[in-house]
Amino acid sequence: MKLTELIQKLNLSVRSAKMQLDREVTGGYASDLLSDVLAHGEEGNLWITLQIHQNIVGVASMKDLAGIILVNNREPEPETLEKAEAEGLPIMVTEMPTFELVGKLYSLGIVGTK
Amino acid sequence: MRKVRADLHLHTCLSPCADDLMQATTIIEQAKQIGLDMIGICDHNSGENVRALMKAGERQGLAVIPGVEVTSREEVHILGLFSTEQDLMNLQDIIYENLPGQNDEEAFGPQLVIDEYDNVVDQNSRLLIGATTLTLEQIIDAIHQFAGLAIASHVDRQRFSLIGQLGFIPYGLMLDAVEVSNPSSAGQAYGYPVVTSSDAHFLEDVGKNSTCFMVEDVSLQEISKALRCELGRMVVSN
Repeated sequence: MKLTELIQKLNLSVRSAKMQLDREVTGGYASDLLSDVLAHGEEGNLWITLQIHQNIVGVASMKDLAGIILVNNREPEPETLEKAEAEGLPIMVTEMPTFELVGKLYSLGIVGTK
Repeated sequence: MRKVRADLHLHTCLSPCADDLMQATTIIEQAKQIGLDMIGICDHNSGENVRALMKAGERQGLAVIPGVEVTSREEVHILGLFSTEQDLMNLQDIIYENLPGQNDEEAFGPQLVIDEYDNVVDQNSRLLIGATTLTLEQIIDAIHQFAGLAIASHVDRQRFSLIGQLGFIPYGLMLDAVEVSNPSSAGQAYGYPVVTSSDAHFLEDVGKNSTCFMVEDVSLQEISKALRCELGRMVVSN
């Protein structure tokens, strides 16, 4: 499923890289430990986290993730947004907590990678 | 110049997760017995036992550096080490303004404030085990504002460490050093000076890991120079 479709179905708000939403999502990974995402995230994954520090952009770029969804109404820090724009990395936000969001993603066919 | 052995990261009974026997006279005695010349007291998000330790250190002849281990909102632990207790108290004001929650002694343990003779004089009721709402960068700036050294805690561990939480050290972060727990990690190229400390929560762990500095005297200024390799001061092998 494409990122644009997910954004519409889950009513996500896009905060960066609005021109890069045409990408196919290969799966999902949920974690708030960035070292863990570096170890286990896979190319094209959507990453679900509550971390808003600029390093999330670095991790997502390194792993070539499709995008990041911030949960619980968290907003990215200004430096994070700046970097995400520069890298062309979509960051989306939702009021849903991780558990609920992941459940909905799963029911839409976005599953884990293992 | 002389070789000074320092363990710059010790907790006291103020930290809810530390043993109640981590008191002023006991810590100083243990540190002296093990051959340390200098210790740093860094409880979680509070410096309220530092005065007791400094007084006991003065009485028993051991240099005590006032410090604190601050938890950022990313749940990264950062040590702030200071020249004076007043500088530390200034940082503590900022921490307390940005530290939500109350401690649950049953869940996390007691937070005992002691005097220099180990008498319990108060209990801290704040949620010291919790995270502040301050970013990593804000904490480092605040430490520097009061002329302290900012050191990222135990970067070679997963839990509550800069690299564990944030994957890598953000470019341009104004750290004065990084701390490792395992001496074998000390040779790694972190891009910052490296110190090795015990992060002791129990008496038997005091001085288990330490750093040797070649310095003129046991002061924070000298440690600071050694970290920057200034005027012949340096970190030397154990």
